[in-house]
Amino acid sequence: MSVTIGSNRALSTPGGVGEARPRRRRASALPFLWPVLAFSVLFFVYPLAKNVQVSLQDFTLASLYTGDAPYIGLRNYGRIFGDPVFRTAVGNTIVFTLFSIVFQLTIGLALAVFFVRTFPLNALLRSLLLVPWLLPLVVSGTVFRWMLDTNNGIINHILLGLHVVDTPVPWLTDYDTAMVGVLLCNIWIGVPFNMVILYGGLQSISPDLYEASAMDGAGKLRQFWYITLPMLRPVLLVVTTLGLIYTLKIFDVIWVLTKGGPANATQNLTTYGYQLSFGGLSEFGQGAAVGNVLILVCLGLSLVYLRTLRAEGEVR
Amino acid sequence: MVDRVSARRRWRVAAVTLTAAALTFTSACSGDDAQKNGSVTLTEMDYYGTEPNKAALGQLLDSCASTVGVTIKRQVVEDLRTRLLQLAGAQSLPDLVLVDNPDLAQLAATGALVDLSSHGLTTEGFYPNVVAASTYQGKLYGLAAGVNALALYYNKKLFTDAGLQPPKTWSQLKDAAAKLTKGNKQFGLGMALPATEEGSFQFESLLLSGGGDLKTLNSPQAVASLQLVADMMTAGSLPKNVLTWNQGNVEEQFANGTLAMMVNGPWQLPVLAKTNVDFGIVTMPVPDAGGTPSSPLGGEVWAASQGKNSAKAVEVIKCMTSADNAATWSKQVNYVPANQQAAAKIATEVPTMKTFVDEIAGAKGRTAELGPKYPKYSEALWTAVQAVLSGKSTPQAALDEAQAKAAG
Repeated sequence: MSVTIGSNRALSTPGGVGEARPRRRRASALPFLWPVLAFSVLFFVYPLAKNVQVSLQDFTLASLYTGDAPYIGLRNYGRIFGDPVFRTAVGNTIVFTLFSIVFQLTIGLALAVFFVRTFPLNALLRSLLLVPWLLPLVVSGTVFRWMLDTNNGIINHILLGLHVVDTPVPWLTDYDTAMVGVLLCNIWIGVPFNMVILYGGLQSISPDLYEASAMDGAGKLRQFWYITLPMLRPVLLVVTTLGLIYTLKIFDVIWVLTKGGPANATQNLTTYGYQLSFGGLSEFGQGAAVGNVLILVCLGLSLVYLRTLRAEGEVR
Repeated sequence: MVDRVSARRRWRVAAVTLTAAALTFTSACSGDDAQKNGSVTLTEMDYYGTEPNKAALGQLLDSCASTVGVTIKRQVVEDLRTRLLQLAGAQSLPDLVLVDNPDLAQLAATGALVDLSSHGLTTEGFYPNVVAASTYQGKLYGLAAGVNALALYYNKKLFTDAGLQPPKTWSQLKDAAAKLTKGNKQFGLGMALPATEEGSFQFESLLLSGGGDLKTLNSPQAVASLQLVADMMTAGSLPKNVLTWNQGNVEEQFANGTLAMMVNGPWQLPVLAKTNVDFGIVTMPVPDAGGTPSSPLGGEVWAASQGKNSAKAVEVIKCMTSADNAATWSKQVNYVPANQQAAAKIATEVPTMKTFVDEIAGAKGRTAELGPKYPKYSEALWTAVQAVLSGKSTPQAALDEAQAKAAG
């Protein structure tokens, strides 16, 4: 478990600061905290509080300049909940997140298991696989937009050449298939992250366990089900929660590929919120409300993540 | 004792760190405003990030800065609209801005812009529809030096080989497009219909030429124009990719011969001049012979923000939109001068610009009737176009829904 424990310690250091110290020394340490406090208040607390405030106001273009906006209670939330596009966006966000996570996790795990074996060029291949994760999302998105192009795209070119399909697949331009196209790109981007973390987790499983089970007559499949998966459980939970938060808040990929189109087929909560505030509509109050809904969901998931970490710490 | 000394030192270190941080912060905030030797410095923002437009605008600004006797600090901003709204919120808009004309009404609605006519700017000699596009609640908030419109580009070689004439009516357009389509290798027509304002802008060239108006998205004329596009896609002569293409992508496909015709603006002329495609340009086809070709009015307008420098800013706008300056600049960037006489002159001097000049008179400002509500109609419109072309809806149903959403 060495790698897992190490990574957890790195993630949970803030909890380890409060060791017993003389009172005076703690008091003198306070001024050093100011930069952090000021930073958090200025860049986290204030914008979040402002976002909540704006979501309760009728914040129009004129209020942007004058700063005056009447409070209208929860009417912005009422408006977005009543908007059919919001419901489409929620559905799309769920589908997008679910499929992204499932495929990223499965492919990432398969690759991690593969790379745990020793073979020539292992390290080189593994670092090459990291490339999608290192590329700016806008670059990946733009490249995928051309690869998924209906008539000029390489993906359709290959599929047609192999006679998998008879007519070009309208990846990003058909109401029913656009989500698949966007998912393809996002899964490709997310696999390396899953692979790297799971690879670390796999390395920390003691080879003794496999040896012992082999002696008891367990086959590869059994070893995977009864040793690898249970031992990876904590890492899997962490990867899934981080992946969930990351996928929920994704914006760049969809914006570059389809801008939420065609006809809202790939609209998710982030693009919908952006569209409301900055896409031309200037409905800042409703845009803020969508943002807050998303923050609430992510907050809930973060709590799950923190609890998982703590639970794991107790087991340790 | 030792402990207390070290504690005090820690306090002191902390205090010094804080002061240093505070000093850095304040000096960073106040550094820019210092003005050199008493002359007025105007700040300016635009989104002309590519050549030849970038350099041409720089020249225009420089020459007018020296005419008026000010210094202009220019800043090119990619996502200008969002940036300006943010700056309006911070009450720190630049003195001069060059914004896309449909965004002007929204910016004016914030109250951050000055009424140009109150500073003595007149619009005599300007196209009335150009002035209408910059007017909000009876006040002139912007003025364009040059404008543009959409027209139909066609590949001369492909047309000659097929023995076809450039289309004037919708049925000729459909017919020519079908004849010039070869499976998935070559398409009769290309245009940009993405889920953005660009998509609405392009589609409106058909909607307006078809006699529709932007206030009634589900008028029979609007339905007919969407039906035309849908029919051409069903026939295979309009590629499905148009739903993700922008106007630059359409130009690329036209330049490499994949598209026999495209809907595009005059700003593509310098790019096309570098390719070896032989093309012609005609006005947008109309439903029946004799109709008036139209297009949404494109291009950017100059606006000045409220503040101590607004009088000087308006002087600079006056200089930049003057007939001579506008003509020189328009020629460099392939725009049609907003001044009618200058436009007529360019039509005779630059043959490729003639069609665009012809089209300006019939073009319509997107915000002329709808004002700051236009973006709502535009979003509803591009969603309807995409719903039909992606196979989700029919023209009548999609546009009914669009109208309900936009007007609701």
